[in-house]
Amino acid sequence: MKVNLVKAAPWLVVAGMFLLWELICVGFAVPEFLLPAPSAVWKVGVEQFEPIMMHATQTFITTLAGFAIAVAVGLLIGMAVGSSPLLYRAMYPLLVGFNSIPKVAFVPVLVVWFGIGTVPAILTAFLISFFPVVVNVATGLATLEPELEDVLRSLGASRIDILGKVGLPRAMPYFFASLKVAITLAFVGSVIAETVASNLGIGYLMMSASSSMNMPLVFAGLIVIGVMGVVMYELFAFVEKRMTSWAHRKPDGAA
Amino acid sequence: MSFVKFENVDLAYAPGGALAIQDVSLEVKEGEFVAVVGPSGCGKSTLMKLISGLRMPSGGYVYVDGRQVGGPLKIVGMAFQNSNLLPWRTTLDNVMLPLEIVEPYRSTLKKERVRYEAEARQLLARVGLAGFEDKFPWELSGGMQQRASICRALIHQPRLLMLDEPFGALDAFTREELWCMLRDLWQQQPFTVILVTHDLREAVFLADTVYVMSKRPGRILVRREIELPRPRDLDVTYTDAFAGHVHELREHIGRVRAS
Ligand SMILES: Nc1ncnc2c1ncn2[C@@H]1O[C@H](COP(=O)(O)OP(=O)(O)O)[C@@H](O)[C@H]1O
Ligand SMILES: [Mg+2]
Repeated sequence: MKVNLVKAAPWLVVAGMFLLWELICVGFAVPEFLLPAPSAVWKVGVEQFEPIMMHATQTFITTLAGFAIAVAVGLLIGMAVGSSPLLYRAMYPLLVGFNSIPKVAFVPVLVVWFGIGTVPAILTAFLISFFPVVVNVATGLATLEPELEDVLRSLGASRIDILGKVGLPRAMPYFFASLKVAITLAFVGSVIAETVASNLGIGYLMMSASSSMNMPLVFAGLIVIGVMGVVMYELFAFVEKRMTSWAHRKPDGAA
Repeated sequence: MSFVKFENVDLAYAPGGALAIQDVSLEVKEGEFVAVVGPSGCGKSTLMKLISGLRMPSGGYVYVDGRQVGGPLKIVGMAFQNSNLLPWRTTLDNVMLPLEIVEPYRSTLKKERVRYEAEARQLLARVGLAGFEDKFPWELSGGMQQRASICRALIHQPRLLMLDEPFGALDAFTREELWCMLRDLWQQQPFTVILVTHDLREAVFLADTVYVMSKRPGRILVRREIELPRPRDLDVTYTDAFAGHVHELREHIGRVRAS
């Protein structure tokens, strides 16, 4: 009973929100060009299903491409920074400084370099999402117990051995946790870039819909992004649990 | 012919800084069971690092097996107060970790996996962990984790076993059980043991020779041979001879404190 309620709770909250939204729109007769009711959004979504899906696919692929680069680059930098105190000291200010620049500020630069289109969106998704991967991998690697290191070094283990046998496995829960964060950030990056520098993708779709005052379509775009974000987040949360069950241990298989 | 030999060894962690240990000379024979006792911070763990080649002496010489130590030795196994087992590996895989690093096991592990695994299971059975091979460390009690940790230190058949307060975190009953486990392992298949401890009864029960260190900078104050007959049973801890040894060592420690 209790378990069922816990499982149903998120769906109930979402349903409740849509219901409230619908009631407000109908009850106060809110004009559609300000805030369309969920029913109007749904109607547009069904009518324009094909173009929405086409743009959504574009955004999805762009996001995944940027995310994949972010994971690869994040892992490399994270491993380098996490396993070498010197690199850590050297790179840290640069990384933090870089992270505090709003990534949307890079979009004009990317447009000059690569023109309007998919490439700036991929790169924005990459730029915005690689930092959490770097930080988490570096943190995971830097938490090696000195005694364990002694045990391994006294066996003649090289730094690569220690990295492979202990450092990376230990960093895996941090790494997988960062993927959840990174994938949602990657969506933010690709959509931002699409709104200003593309003629494809959900971001572009919303931009053009808003310039023709088609608010139901704008909201349909927002919801599509939200759904893709949640699905990908849950996917990576599942992968995280699967890959690092030892870090989520509960006594006697009560997981 | 001594197996481990210290000649007037000094060590300062910072070059030119305060000495952690000073003018330590000692000799350990192959197969000997040595215990080192002393107040906290006196340099016992430092001594271990010097023997295993993880630190180079600032002065004096360290020899192991007739050669001057110049880097990490591969003939040692180590275990600490914290078992340091890897939580993502089963007990069996934890014990087999050294075989993935030390030659000749490393290069033959793929081919000989079955044989090595059988050896690891056998070793686990000797310390009473049969049936727990596939459990993860967090599913074991503290005493069992420590048993597994000692198996990991022994799996590659090191000639020298170094134990740094391995039973320090265990309750009194478990600790005595593990004394007996260690005694049996050592008696069935002798290797050299250097045990750091702050438990005088543990030192006297297990060791052939006990060294008492002074507080920082650590120096060797006394060397005592414990000539209690072997094999020793836990009953020996209630004899007068045993109590006499403990008493005498306690007095030296007392003097260390007071000075
Ligand atoms: N890595 C290190 N760097 C600097 N000083 C250290 C280091 N390890 C130990 N020391 C110092 O050396 C002394 C001896 O330490 P240690 O050998 O760990 O003592 P014990 O194991 O007997 O408690 C202590 O005063 C400690 O502060
Ligand atoms: Mg110590």
